[in-house]
Amino acid sequence: MNTLKKYFREILQYPSAVVGSVMILLLVAVSVYALVTIPYEKALQLWRGGEDVWYANPQYAPPAWMNFFSDKDLPVSFKLHSRDAGENQSVTKEVVLGEQNTSRTFITYTFDFNYDEFPQEMALLFNTTYEVKQPFVSILWATPDGREIRVGDFGVSKKMTYRISQDTKLQRRLGGLPPIQGLFADPNAQTPVPFKGTYQLLINGVSFEQDSHIEAEFVFYGQVYGLAGTDHLRRDLMVALLYGAPIALAFGLLAALGTSVLTMIIAATGAYYGGWVDELIQRITEVNLVLPFLAILIMVGTFYDRSIWTILGVTILLSIFTGAIKSYRAIFMQVKESAYIEAARAYGASSGRVIFRYLIPRMIPLLIPGLVSAVPAFVFLEASLAVLGLGDPSLPTWGKIINDAWLNAALYKGYYYWILEPAILLMITGLGFAMVGYSLDRVFNPRLRGL
Amino acid sequence: MIEAKSIPEMENNPASTMEIAPEKRNSALLVIENLHVWFELKRLGFVHAGYVRAVDGVSFELDRGDSLAIVGESGSGKSSLMKTILGLNQPVKGDIIFDGQRLSELGGSQLRHYRSKIGFVQQDPYSALPPFMNLRSILSEPLKINRVSNSEERIRRILKVMDEVRLTPAEDFIQKFPHMLSGGQQQRVVIARAMVMEPKLIVADEPVSMLDASVRVEILKLMGRLQESHNLAVIYITHDLSTVRYFSKRIFVMYAGKIIEMSPVDEILNNPSHPYTLALLAATSEPDARNAEKMREVPAGEPPSLVNPPTGCRFHPRCPRAIAGLCEVKDPPYFTVAPDHQVACWLFE
Amino acid sequence: MPVSKLMRIQDLKLHFRSAAGVVQAVDGVDLDLFYNDAIVILGESGCGKTSFARAILRLLPRNVEAYTGKVLMNGNDLMGLSDEAFRREVRWVKMSMVPQAAMNALNPVLRVGDQVSEPLIVHAGASRETALKSAREMFQRVGVPVDFMNRYAFELSGGMRQRVAIAMALVTVPELVILDEPTSALDVLTQANIFNLLKRIKQDFDMSFVLITHDIATSSELAERVAIMYAGQIVEVSDATRFFSAPLHPYSQKLMASVPRLRGNQELEFIPGNPPSLIGIGQGCRFAPRCEFRFEKCDQDPPVINREGRLVKCWLYAEG
Repeated sequence: MNTLKKYFREILQYPSAVVGSVMILLLVAVSVYALVTIPYEKALQLWRGGEDVWYANPQYAPPAWMNFFSDKDLPVSFKLHSRDAGENQSVTKEVVLGEQNTSRTFITYTFDFNYDEFPQEMALLFNTTYEVKQPFVSILWATPDGREIRVGDFGVSKKMTYRISQDTKLQRRLGGLPPIQGLFADPNAQTPVPFKGTYQLLINGVSFEQDSHIEAEFVFYGQVYGLAGTDHLRRDLMVALLYGAPIALAFGLLAALGTSVLTMIIAATGAYYGGWVDELIQRITEVNLVLPFLAILIMVGTFYDRSIWTILGVTILLSIFTGAIKSYRAIFMQVKESAYIEAARAYGASSGRVIFRYLIPRMIPLLIPGLVSAVPAFVFLEASLAVLGLGDPSLPTWGKIINDAWLNAALYKGYYYWILEPAILLMITGLGFAMVGYSLDRVFNPRLRGL
Repeated sequence: MIEAKSIPEMENNPASTMEIAPEKRNSALLVIENLHVWFELKRLGFVHAGYVRAVDGVSFELDRGDSLAIVGESGSGKSSLMKTILGLNQPVKGDIIFDGQRLSELGGSQLRHYRSKIGFVQQDPYSALPPFMNLRSILSEPLKINRVSNSEERIRRILKVMDEVRLTPAEDFIQKFPHMLSGGQQQRVVIARAMVMEPKLIVADEPVSMLDASVRVEILKLMGRLQESHNLAVIYITHDLSTVRYFSKRIFVMYAGKIIEMSPVDEILNNPSHPYTLALLAATSEPDARNAEKMREVPAGEPPSLVNPPTGCRFHPRCPRAIAGLCEVKDPPYFTVAPDHQVACWLFE
Repeated sequence: MPVSKLMRIQDLKLHFRSAAGVVQAVDGVDLDLFYNDAIVILGESGCGKTSFARAILRLLPRNVEAYTGKVLMNGNDLMGLSDEAFRREVRWVKMSMVPQAAMNALNPVLRVGDQVSEPLIVHAGASRETALKSAREMFQRVGVPVDFMNRYAFELSGGMRQRVAIAMALVTVPELVILDEPTSALDVLTQANIFNLLKRIKQDFDMSFVLITHDIATSSELAERVAIMYAGQIVEVSDATRFFSAPLHPYSQKLMASVPRLRGNQELEFIPGNPPSLIGIGQGCRFAPRCEFRFEKCDQDPPVINREGRLVKCWLYAEG
């Protein structure tokens, strides 16, 4: 314990170590948060799940906080559900019963619009109940300057999505303007500029049966969304960014740990037994050093299986017999001659015991810096494979985000946030581990201190 | 008998070793019989280039409770002899009989049992202790290896042996790590580890040469006390003659793989016979200001290579009293100079 | 017979920073060195003697906390020199060192002949030919065959390597040579050989030797004067004859009583306890906790008393 405390104090002397540790702790915190708030199954569902999950998000939307940086205020998405009328002041609903089991339902959505750009889209998602006869709705639009525009009249099925921008009749009524522009445009301006103020959307619905109800959700698709923005499938990138953290860390740590431990055991065995065992291990290592690592992974991914466990397994397998074996072996050869090893053999320790109880514990402090520095290498490896399209397609990882962005020509289209967010996270991971690993190296290998 | 491989050099090696009386073979604790420990030299990893004849025909016996000092310089073969007794090297010819059993016939758990009966005390106490284990773990190791599985029994034995080496309060010490102890304390731990399996024989390789002067005495006295109370047989290996008197009853002087003089300690100090022994004694300093005024007599040259030892008596190239025509031709047998005092030197024919 | 003063060391202090605190390795050492003298600094491990050697030669590590005092050589205070001036004019010019385990510290990739000639090229600005010629002479003096000059360190035996290390320290013919444990890892016969060599060199060269060791017995082979070091301070300085027959300081007495003798009947004594840690050492006599003669005055730092030309730092010898 005391040695650990001593090491800890030494490490903290290096500012790079402190900064790096802070970064890593942040990542760990993010991972924990992600795992706690979004259980694994739900995350996959959020990432894979269809329309009903993503329906309310705009497409290709940068994060909401971009508004701070751009001179133009971009509209933010929101949803208003008629269910929430009463609690939410922006929604009102009134049901008036009429004769012969008919009823009229009045739903009003009120919102402020003070942005400089038009929203992407607006939609009404209807949820009605009825047995035979469909309810009928009439939708009106009230602008801040008192104009009332008739949006549409139609019958509503049990589950129906009405997208305003798709309504060609509305477009004609607005004189050929795209519906969204037409509804928001300043009537006095030459170029299409949104008119700011309070808007209202009114639904006037009629149901013809006793238990027939109308519920509607108004979805306002802004130009920006949430903390991280959305991608081409309207998925909230926060899910993938958050969830990518534990996946990246887990992959990196497991790969680094697995590789280091196995490499050490093999190096120890070779150094201890010498003879043909040692020769064999050295030759395997030399051959393995020549093999093209990434190419083999690509082949495995393309022809065999892309699941993350397979990739992890093959990675570890290929990484065991690396140059690290040679350096560990050199140290083991030296330690092997120590007096306490000789003493152990003299009081009857078996070879296995000598290796595991005497040689390897001696090596563990030397192992740690290498291990920490190896983590980002594996994280980047996983991301690279994902970028190349060989990642696990079902998992929300940072590499996958970059892959999607690249496939959708994000940079060309100007969706910089899509690439930058995962890239920055990858950089933080790499930098954090590298800095801590470097300082650990200086602490555990005092010979490097003079450098 | 271990079969010597068909080694041509072995054929020509004169058997000038001691004959062990047959009745001794059974009653003595340790019998070394015509022991040869040769290491094969390989050039380029596989080309045979001769043998290092580290131990070249050594025989002696050691009784229970007997203490023996083996004195020699580096290259004399004393370390190889010691390691072979400990079972760390294989002899190429000759045998070791311990407690009536031949080492060559032991295997597996019998070998482990053999090892547990011999304690090893090394030269450098710090490197003899694994730095990452606390004393409790260090002392548990021999017990665990020898299947003392009951942890209460282990603790009992550990505390007992810590008490015997005067590392008290033992409960405090067993939590510590080697780097927290002084050199003397570390050496006590090494001794404790050698004693924890209640051995019959202790082999000590320069146990005090890396300790400070004032601590040496403490450790030597401790070992002497342990030897008496447990009736241990001790083989004390050193190159420092001045400590031998305090710790051993008999002394063997080794040179180039052979024992060239065997004698009780007092006898050899009063009546050193072999020219090499005389040289060793003459070169040993004692604190006396007059030493600075004169040169010491030292035999010329260096210890011979063990790959191609000189013919005949191995000391002859450096011996001031070599008999021409005899010493370089024939390896001398043992001649008795006094009771229990044998010398392998033609001067005493 | 020591004639004039070669070096005067006054209140030399060398403290290091370590993770556990400040190590007061050399804590106020006063010592005079004379021409053509051979003084032995005797002390056990941890007393600061190697640090003392380094302090004189200004071979300092990076974590020095304090390095003060006066080192007067030929009237100049060496402590006042800049590092560059020290390197150019003093180190290996006026004084040199054979460090501990020097035989293991020889450069494995240079031939030994080149290593011995290197100090001349670096410090005396000699050409390679001149330097090699001097090196050849030095090899002969130290008793290594001249054709070994082309060999590498690993090809030589321990004794030979130590001779090469000694040659390296002597080749610039300095006035003072410090030897730190020159024979601790060597066999008895080789030890005797090395001491014979040192005796011969002292006769031939008129050099002054400082021998640092913990081996009391072999120290007498070279000592004309003896200085005992304990816990960073010198506690006794005396000529060899009087020291070895009747040491003054209680610690010196115990040390002498702990030396094993080949013959004789006396009991060996050891000193109970451990030397004090050099971190945060208190006031008062540092040996007092282990001294059988301690009394109340020992709580104060004892003065250095001159007893018939011998110096001893102990209250027992103060007036009264």
